[in-house]
Amino acid sequence: MKACINQMKLEIESRSVNESFARAAVAAFAAQLDPTLEELSDIKTAVSEAVTNCIVHAYPDRRGQIYLWAGLYEDGLVRVRIRDRGCGIADVRQAMEPLFTTLGGERSGLGFAVMESFMDRVRVRSILGSGTTVTLEKRILGRAARDGD
Amino acid sequence: MPVEFMQEPERLTAALSGEIDHHQAGPLRERIDEAAIRLRPKLLCLDFGDVSFMDSSAVGLVMGRYRTISAFGGQLEVIRLSPAAARMMRLSGIQQLATLKEI
Repeated sequence: MKACINQMKLEIESRSVNESFARAAVAAFAAQLDPTLEELSDIKTAVSEAVTNCIVHAYPDRRGQIYLWAGLYEDGLVRVRIRDRGCGIADVRQAMEPLFTTLGGERSGLGFAVMESFMDRVRVRSILGSGTTVTLEKRILGRAARDGD
Repeated sequence: MPVEFMQEPERLTAALSGEIDHHQAGPLRERIDEAAIRLRPKLLCLDFGDVSFMDSSAVGLVMGRYRTISAFGGQLEVIRLSPAAARMMRLSGIQQLATLKEI
């Protein structure tokens, strides 16, 4: 396990207007690893999905807190943890199936599928009635690797 | 939320721009549906060329507009998708219902 070289914490209210703030904040922090624009966009997308899940699903009828933590590691790994104290997920495996949604209508049911497609690893721990923690990981190869330096 | 409409015979184009997430998707849905239901084009075209960021809320937006336009027999086209946006759209299977075109 490589050493964590930097970390940050952020706590936001579950307001949809904070979705763009949360993904921009994590991306600005991860920029220290000199990622490509594509890598940065992948991280922003996955964080946006996880934060949206907190707002839409974890706290459907009330305002709650969303706790973000991000860590940067020696080997270029970015780890992001998105935690809520909301309603929890009864069946995590079912929730992670592509196109599964409890809401229908305008929700695509792709949140976890997109996180898995854009990140290297996605872990979900949830306790019904007390909250959910999503951990996202991506290894940044960065501009140096892309340019072949 | 920025969306500009361009009307041609039998075709309505909605040019989207900026960031499309869950927060922005609601107002966009209302504006596109209002125009589509009023004008009833044979083809509704969603132009993603100036979209700087999107998450799966944009996929939900496209799936919902397919329902709007197909309710009166119209067709849906989604154009100028970035490679990452196209990959996300295809996760939904929407390519079986609508035409997707990449940049």
